[in-house]
Amino acid sequence: MTTQEVPAPSAADPSTDPMRPRPFRLLAHRFDTDDTVTVRLEPVDGVPLAFEAGQYTMIGMLGAGEVPISISGDPAVPDLLQHTIRDVGGVTHALVRARPGDLVGVRGPYGRGWSVMDGAGGDVVLVAGGIGLAPLRPALLEILAHRHRFGRVVVLYGARTPADILYADTLDSWRSDGVDVAEIVDYGPPGYRGRVGRVTTLVPRAGFDPANTLALVCGPEIMMRYAAAALADRGVPPGRIRLSLERNMKCGIGLCGHCQLRELFICTDGPVLPWSRVEALLRVKEV
Amino acid sequence: MGVRAYPVVLPVDGVQKLIDLLRGRGLPVVGPTPRDGVIVHAPITSLADLPTGTGDDQAPGRYRLRARGDGALFGYAVPASSWKHLFLPPREVLLGDGPATDPVPVALFGVRSCDLAALDLHDRALLRRPAVDVRYARRRQGTVVVAVTCTEPSAMCFCAGLRTGPEPSAGYDVRLTELTDGGHRFLAVPGTPLGEDLLAEAGWDPAAARDVEAAADAVRDAAGRMRRAPRLDGLREDLYGAADLPHWEQVGSRCLACAGCTLVCPTCFCTTVEDTSGVRGEDARRIRVWDSCFTAAFSYLHGGSVRESIASRYRQWITHKFATWTDQFGVLGCVGCGRCTTWCPAGIDLLAELAAVRGLSAPPGDRRVTDGTETG
Repeated sequence: MTTQEVPAPSAADPSTDPMRPRPFRLLAHRFDTDDTVTVRLEPVDGVPLAFEAGQYTMIGMLGAGEVPISISGDPAVPDLLQHTIRDVGGVTHALVRARPGDLVGVRGPYGRGWSVMDGAGGDVVLVAGGIGLAPLRPALLEILAHRHRFGRVVVLYGARTPADILYADTLDSWRSDGVDVAEIVDYGPPGYRGRVGRVTTLVPRAGFDPANTLALVCGPEIMMRYAAAALADRGVPPGRIRLSLERNMKCGIGLCGHCQLRELFICTDGPVLPWSRVEALLRVKEV
Repeated sequence: MGVRAYPVVLPVDGVQKLIDLLRGRGLPVVGPTPRDGVIVHAPITSLADLPTGTGDDQAPGRYRLRARGDGALFGYAVPASSWKHLFLPPREVLLGDGPATDPVPVALFGVRSCDLAALDLHDRALLRRPAVDVRYARRRQGTVVVAVTCTEPSAMCFCAGLRTGPEPSAGYDVRLTELTDGGHRFLAVPGTPLGEDLLAEAGWDPAAARDVEAAADAVRDAAGRMRRAPRLDGLREDLYGAADLPHWEQVGSRCLACAGCTLVCPTCFCTTVEDTSGVRGEDARRIRVWDSCFTAAFSYLHGGSVRESIASRYRQWITHKFATWTDQFGVLGCVGCGRCTTWCPAGIDLLAELAAVRGLSAPPGDRRVTDGTETG
């Protein structure tokens, strides 16, 4: 990472202020689970928000705040912005409570995405934990748009309970599109007949050719560490295992300092980073 | 005035003329001035605002002004405040109603070499980036710098060891070196055409060989008095290798996580964003304020902070300054001003901690630490 020499910026122009959000109107609002909502948004100015699968926006409402949230929509449909938001804090609560017609502020898209097409010509494995399925959804949609260019496509998805499973209908439609989808839950209610256990336990027996696989992993950090290790154990090259990391972010553009993981600014160097780059860093406590 | 060989000499009233000339060009002049028992950087209009005849004593957790018994204008080391608040204000409105900020260029008067280096570090972190901090850029535009050679380093200073001082080498319009022996005068060098104009208008005298020698002696003497410095070779690798050391817990047990070091640090640039509104949601504003990696909220994600322990926050701070900064911006993130140590209420000595985590007994040449005696 070298600093680039850029000319001193010219005089102030509010339209180029990267901290100024663009207004988006909330079109639709769907509860995926008790605490998770997928919102559909359209830009008030009509300018589509083109993005790469795996990128995020800084989304929020003035007075409540802003948070980084990965885009969960289809990169081929940039005029419709979709986010899947779990109600875990002040800002996400305000977003989950927003109703059709409400205005929401959006900055971005920011960060480095999955670069899914790097996996063309081989197999792809997506390992998701909880809300981690949301940032992987655009990657899967991109793969499905070019399905013939990929070999086996595997989704390993772990949720806390059956009631926490996101996009349940969509998972079935992915199956019919030739995706091998396996769900597993941490806790099943009495009589639950599905798989119970950690998502990482699905890695050893999943059907893919490790040496010729691109793996995309998103979930809680500890789950990603174990999933990446399991994938590496199976023989997926560490440089072909990609994780979407999460850190506190206030600007999204590398200026506020919050998201540092040692020398990395997760907001601009990530959020998607190869296991080969971050394995040693993630093994250090509280880094 | 014709072609001039610099340096030249300015009399004391020539320095007042410099201030007048800057103000005459419409530039607010900000310089060192005593306030509440410390020296701060604040608006000045004349030499009377400067801390004339004032020196300072600095030690870990200790700062005292003292009368020097002479008329030196710059006879102290680094002031309590840096200059960063001028370009990166502690609090500014990003969205919503707020004071209209239409920044005008500012003249910095009496910038030490360490602080000049820090200004460059902020330019690297906030300006020479793929995404520019537009507010910083606006305030930074047209800054005029009158730098001073530091001839009175404090016991906490170590710019000489980091090669960021004591003599400013770049980034100024005019550089002054104060000479008190044999008549109070200033050796002056312009760094820009504007600086040449200012000196010409202020009215210089030719410099005599003894003036030039006296200035060189003062620089050499100041550098020689700085007995503290981190060993530079292997610094980054040492810190990366020290991530799991138990010493972090030890320093973490003394650190109060008050964030004071990051506030006085001239290179710390982290900010956070806060939204406020009235109880009914009216008067909503988004505000950017200085933040510190010493707070628990700094690394907060839903469910908890990444850096729960103070030990991990201290490690983050010092590792950023001396290791990750190099990866991110190509230079060290410390300029050797010593403020973090002087202003630490627990008296935690940055260099002693750095030496400890590197397995060195003390910074080379630091007798204060090696023989266990106390200063101050």
